Amino acid sequence: MRANPGGEAAFLRIEGVSKRFGSVTAVDDVSLDIARGEFFALLGPSGCGKTTLLRMLAGFETPSAGALLLEGVDLAALPPYRRPVNMMFQSYALFPHMSVTGNVAFGLRQDRVPRAEITARVEEVLALVELSGLARRKPHQLSGGQRQRVALARSLVKRPKLLLLDEPLAALDKKLREQTQFELMAIQQRVGITFVIVTHDQDEAMTVADRIAVMDRGRIAQVDTPSAIYEAPRSRYVAEFIGDVNIFEGRARAVNGGDVMVEQADAPAGLAAPARADGPAAGDAVMLAVRPEKIEIAPGPPPPGTANAMAGEVTEIGYLGSVSTYRVRLDSGKTVVSTQTNRLRHGGGAIDRGARVHLSWPVEASILLRS
Amino acid sequence: MRRGLSGINLAALTLGFAFLYIPILLLIIFSFNESKLVTVWAGFSTKWYVAMVENALLLDAAWMTLKVAVVSSTVALVLGTLAGIALARLGRFPGRTLFSGMVYAPLVMPEVITGLSMLLLFVALSWARGYWTVTVAHITFSMAYVAVVVQSRLLTMDRSLEEAAMDLGAPPVKTFFAVTLPIISPALVAGWLLAFTLSLDDLVIASFTSGPGSTTLPMKIYSQVRLGVTPEINAVSTVLVGIVSIGVIAASLINKRAMVIREREAQAADP
Repeated sequence: MRANPGGEAAFLRIEGVSKRFGSVTAVDDVSLDIARGEFFALLGPSGCGKTTLLRMLAGFETPSAGALLLEGVDLAALPPYRRPVNMMFQSYALFPHMSVTGNVAFGLRQDRVPRAEITARVEEVLALVELSGLARRKPHQLSGGQRQRVALARSLVKRPKLLLLDEPLAALDKKLREQTQFELMAIQQRVGITFVIVTHDQDEAMTVADRIAVMDRGRIAQVDTPSAIYEAPRSRYVAEFIGDVNIFEGRARAVNGGDVMVEQADAPAGLAAPARADGPAAGDAVMLAVRPEKIEIAPGPPPPGTANAMAGEVTEIGYLGSVSTYRVRLDSGKTVVSTQTNRLRHGGGAIDRGARVHLSWPVEASILLRS
Repeated sequence: MRRGLSGINLAALTLGFAFLYIPILLLIIFSFNESKLVTVWAGFSTKWYVAMVENALLLDAAWMTLKVAVVSSTVALVLGTLAGIALARLGRFPGRTLFSGMVYAPLVMPEVITGLSMLLLFVALSWARGYWTVTVAHITFSMAYVAVVVQSRLLTMDRSLEEAAMDLGAPPVKTFFAVTLPIISPALVAGWLLAFTLSLDDLVIASFTSGPGSTTLPMKIYSQVRLGVTPEINAVSTVLVGIVSIGVIAASLINKRAMVIREREAQAADP
C-alpha cells in the first residue's frame, strides 16, 4: 500500500460533514482523512450517500454542516469552477457538439492556457488513455469504452489536485470493466493524482483502491485497506456487504488467554475467536463471522474437544471451476457455506451431496462482532 | 412499408389528405385563374400575381406583417428562452407555481380575451396603437410557446453536461453559452419558427391592437374578402402558404436531424 494515512498531515480532510435534503439526511456526520496520492474508494449500496459526498467535494452540493479542507483550504468558499478538483461523471457528460479534442481542451481553454500548450497537453493526455488516433471524432462516433477514456482524459488534463470518479466503469461490460480497472490503477500511479472513486461494486473497490470507506445510510461503517475490510470487518453490515460470510450468534462465555469462547448450540466444544481490544465481556450476546473459504470440510470428525467444529449434511454443491461451494445444513437447521479450492482435477476423495461432513476452522479465522 | 398500404389504408390516407388539402389546393389553382370569378375556370394566367405586386396597400400590409413577425418572434425567443430556463433550472423558488401558470396562460387563453386585455392596457397607458403595439401583443402570446419548447428540451437534457462544464472551470454564464445553448439550439430554431408562423397568421389579436397604418396581411385579406373575393387574394394566400410551408418543413427537418444525432448517440452509449 503506497499511502500511509497516519504519517502525513491530511491532504483532504472531511470534517463532520452532513447533507440534508428536506427531512432526508443523505450524508450524516462523516469524517475522513485522505492522503496525497491515495486511491480512495467510497463503497456502499445505492442511496448510502456516497455520490452526495462526492458531489459536495466537486461543489455541486453544499454541506449542511461540517467542513471540506483540501491542503488546509476550505473548499466551501469556492464555486465548482474555481476548485482544483475535477470529476469524471457516471454518464461521462461528453459535450456532444465538440470533437474529442474539443472536449479535452475545454478545461484548459477556460484557464486561458496558451494555444500551443493546449495542443501539447491534449496530445499527451490522449496518448495516456490510448486515444491518439481519434482526436477529431465526435462523441457519437465512439464506442462506450472510448467515450469512457475521453471522459477520463478530460478530467485529467487540468492536472487537478483531486480527481473524483463517479461510478466510472459502471457502463462498461464485465470483461472491459475488469481490464479498465487495472488501466485506471496504472494511470493513477503515473499521474500521481489523488483519486476518490465512488462505486457500488465491491470487487471494483477491492481491486483499485488503497483504502475503502464502506458507507451505510449516510454514515461511514468502516475505513480500512481492502484486506482489513475483508479479514477484519468491524460490523455485521461490513462483513456481509464485502464478500460472503457465515454468521453465528451466541453468548460470550469466558476470555481464555487471548481468545474469547462463545457458546453456540451447533458447536459442542464452543466457538473461539481472537479477543478484540473493545471486546465483549463474559455473558454478552455476540456474533462470530467466518468467511466460507476459511472453513475446512472433512468426512471425518476432528479430535473431540476442538473448538470451532460442527457437523452437518451437504445439501448442495456449486461447482464454479476454480472453487466449489458447499452448503451444509447443521443439526440445528442452520446452513453454513464453505468454499474449497479444486486443486485436483475431478477432485479426489470428493464429498457428495447428502454426505455427513465435519466443518472446522482455526481460531484466527473467526471474527468477533458485537450484536 | 409497402405491405402496410392495403386498400383500406390507401382509402383512409387519400380521404384524409383530401379533407385537409383540397381547399388549399383549390385556392392555389384558382390563383392562376384567368377569370375574375373565383369559381369559374377560364384558363391559366399569372395576372393576379402581377396585380398583387402592383397593389401597394396589399404589399404594405405584407411588409408590416413580416416586420411584426420577425421582431416579435426574435424578442419572444429571448424572453421565452429565459422563462424556459427559469422553469427548468431554478428548481423551487418562491412563486414558481404562479410563474409557470402565468407563462402558460397565454397558451389556453382565448385570443379574443388576450387581444381585448392588450387593447385595454394600451389605452390605459395611452400608447398610440400601431406597429409597436401589435408587436408587443405578439411577443406576449408567442413567448409562451417558445418557453414550452425550450423548457421541455432543457428537461430532457443531461444536467451533468452543464456540471461538467462548470467542473472544468467555466463559470455559469460561460457554461450557458458554450454548452447549454449549442445543445438546445434545435429547440430554439423550432421555437422561433413557431413564434414566427403564429405571428404571421394572427388576425384576432392584431385586430384589437393595431391602429391606422399598421394593418397586417391577415387583417387586409379579411377586410377585402368582406367586400368580395378576387383571385388576387388567392395569389396572396398562395404566397403565404408557400412561406409557412417552407418554415414548417425547415423546422421539422432541423428537429429530425437533431433527433437522428441524439438517437445515434444513445445507440453508441449502450454497446
